[in-house]
Amino acid sequence: MDVLVDRKTAPSIKLPVDFTIELPVARQHTLSNGVEVYTLDMGTEDVLMLNIVFFAGNAFENKKAVAAATNYLLKNGTSKRSAFDISEQIDYYGAHLNRNCYSETAELTLHCLGKHLDHLLPVIGEIISDSVFPADEVEIYKQNASQRLKVNLAKSEFVANRLIDAHVYGEQHPYGKYNNLEDYAALQREDLLPFYKEHYQQGECVIFVSGKLPYTLISLLDKYVGSLPLRPRNKARVLQWPLQPAAEKKTEIINDPDGVQAAIRVARHFPNRHHPDFQKVMVLNTVFGGFFGSRLMANIREDKGYTYGIHSYLLNYIGDSGWMISTEAGRDVSKATLKEIYHEMQRLRNKPVTEEELMMTRNFMLGSILGDLDGPFHVIGRWKNLVLNNLDESYFYRGIHIIKTVTAKELQELANKYLQEEAFYELTVI
Amino acid sequence: MIQFEKFTLPNGLRVIIHEDHSTPMAVVNVLYDVGAKDEDPNRTGFAHLFEHLMFGGSIHIPDFETPLQMAGGENNAYTTNDLTNYYIQLPAENLETGLWLESDRMLSLAFSEKSLEVQRKVVMEEFKEHYINKPYGDVWFKMREMAYKVHPYRWQTIGKELSHIEHAQLSDVKNFFFKHYNPVNAILVIGGHVHTSTVMQQVEKWFGDIPAGTKYNRSIPAEPPQQEERRMEVRANVPLDALYKCWHMDNRLHHGYYVADLITEVLGGGGSSRLYQALVKEKQLFSNIECYHFGSVDSGLLTIEGKLVKGVKMEDAEKAVNDELEKLKQEGISEKELEKTKNRTEATLAFEDMSVMTRANNLAFYELLGDAALFNQDREKYFSVTRDDILNYSRKIFDVKNSNTLCYFAENGSLN
Repeated sequence: MDVLVDRKTAPSIKLPVDFTIELPVARQHTLSNGVEVYTLDMGTEDVLMLNIVFFAGNAFENKKAVAAATNYLLKNGTSKRSAFDISEQIDYYGAHLNRNCYSETAELTLHCLGKHLDHLLPVIGEIISDSVFPADEVEIYKQNASQRLKVNLAKSEFVANRLIDAHVYGEQHPYGKYNNLEDYAALQREDLLPFYKEHYQQGECVIFVSGKLPYTLISLLDKYVGSLPLRPRNKARVLQWPLQPAAEKKTEIINDPDGVQAAIRVARHFPNRHHPDFQKVMVLNTVFGGFFGSRLMANIREDKGYTYGIHSYLLNYIGDSGWMISTEAGRDVSKATLKEIYHEMQRLRNKPVTEEELMMTRNFMLGSILGDLDGPFHVIGRWKNLVLNNLDESYFYRGIHIIKTVTAKELQELANKYLQEEAFYELTVI
Repeated sequence: MIQFEKFTLPNGLRVIIHEDHSTPMAVVNVLYDVGAKDEDPNRTGFAHLFEHLMFGGSIHIPDFETPLQMAGGENNAYTTNDLTNYYIQLPAENLETGLWLESDRMLSLAFSEKSLEVQRKVVMEEFKEHYINKPYGDVWFKMREMAYKVHPYRWQTIGKELSHIEHAQLSDVKNFFFKHYNPVNAILVIGGHVHTSTVMQQVEKWFGDIPAGTKYNRSIPAEPPQQEERRMEVRANVPLDALYKCWHMDNRLHHGYYVADLITEVLGGGGSSRLYQALVKEKQLFSNIECYHFGSVDSGLLTIEGKLVKGVKMEDAEKAVNDELEKLKQEGISEKELEKTKNRTEATLAFEDMSVMTRANNLAFYELLGDAALFNQDREKYFSVTRDDILNYSRKIFDVKNSNTLCYFAENGSLN
């Protein structure tokens, strides 16, 4: 080579803050029964994701474990098909049908090749309208869910995850409650049937479909789902429950006397997405513990080597949120880790972030959003977040604007408002 | 069909460019032909520890992460028994930042003592998090040692024991780097919203002057065919009894690999699979059961694992698994079952192909196997598998002499 490359100087870049970022637009449809469908036709592979969101999370159950059991057993038998027949139909077409139950919502999600959709939608329609929850399926579920729980209870991180929510929101709160072995033991088929009727058969729902969409999509959906007695989402409903946080702020639990690591969770309540501070705090959180270059990661992993990873994030609920710091650290350095977490809060309170660090954070966040927007499943995920939280795309664009413009002074003010050690619940599970 | 261009720099670096203009992003994927199987048995876990050190600064660039984040990029890496792979995603306009960073750390690391000291600790915490502080976390240490007597697949990527990581020295790091991390042992894939001719010039600029290095030719002994049944019992403080069984299967390039992959689908793919339906639903002997393999380059292990329903005897559970395998060996599968496994495979491949990152990863992997074009032949290879192949292959591998069984018993529990 005649000319040596200058390796010390970074190549010139186009800063992501100078990019125009656009959210691909989802189309909105309404089925005959009033149920809303959001579609995003995008991508080159013949794949799609159909996501049906019901307001059937554990907030709506009167007895523990009912919401989760109903959701799990949706596909375990209808009056026409056995659990095996349903699985066989889904598997034969190479599709995956997943169920997920959260605090507020519960979902059915189908991943399939677009060309097979017309063979799969009849089954989906049947599951929503005609699940029968056979007694033997309920018994198998109870047995296997209890066994799964026993294995999980041997993991300190699982124990920590469920207890920290209980500490922040209260054990009676939908976000804080959790199922014990006796809750599974007490489950009965008779508990599931009325829950199913109210929250699925005649439940409120909203549908999201993304990928390379067949042109017959809406007519197929209308035929198999639009004809059912479902109800459109009630946008006026307030999803909020009284907080009953723990009396003690700091807790230490020995789950395994021989444990070599401590699962550490430090968390506080935080308002939902409609609060004016929410999107600015997303930026502050990124600086604090939201990515590899964050303060927590740089200090506690990359400088001290106390952990394989440490993260902070805002919890993804509708009614309320929370701010969580989560790590698995060496048992002998768990106290030191906590000290550093609070030290990093203090640094953010006492001193504004430098322009360079803030610029890096802005660019990282925008690059990450840009990367997200090239896949149909990610994009519809953003729409889902907007729709379920009663927001529209202006929220997305406001978020972009805030990432580009929020100042170091504003972040410091927010740190002083929220990153106060006394506001956080601290939990260590060994 | 995935389109790509391939060329080789004079220093031996293999370069693959895959244009996809449906995304605003670019990916830079660098695969090094070194994995845990290339480690000294007394210094295991080193390839993976080394991967961590690749983020500790290179010869001209003290900080890898900051300039990448400034350019809107994200990155990560993984190590397996076979290879080490690094990947970056960033806005296509800023591709050159990725090339600058990757070429500098291919040229030379900074070899910082501090980075080694910290990453030793980080990796030891990773070891604890995934393998010590977890019920059943020690299974694969034991199972691999039982199943492999000669081949270095007998240890996991994380390493055999914490002390191997604890004792890693900076001199080891340097030797490892200069032996494995050079153009002649690497594959570079650029994908996304890029133009081949421009990228070729940029690649030549940044990677062209890196010394070729010496081609590393591994001489790993093949695992001799297993001749006798192997069994082991473990007792530990876990909530439930569990059963693990493994059989040796063919390597990644062999037709048998594709047959074995479809067999795992027949036995364990989805709610209608044989093992789930018979043993979890009908007989209720297991609370969960899985069948899978590791996708290894060299001869791998087809595995069945499950947790027993409380009160079920280990021998009854194992017999029921063996009965299902016997049924497969006697009767094979139906035409409909074969169609189902192929439909499932077709869908899996389509979902994988959605992301340009996965496509870039795969192109690098197939190039490692011998030719990136193999990527486009996978679908055809799966579709060429016949019912007879499944029947014959299941008879071949599900031989008790080819089996490794680990019975994991819950200590001071398990009252019937």
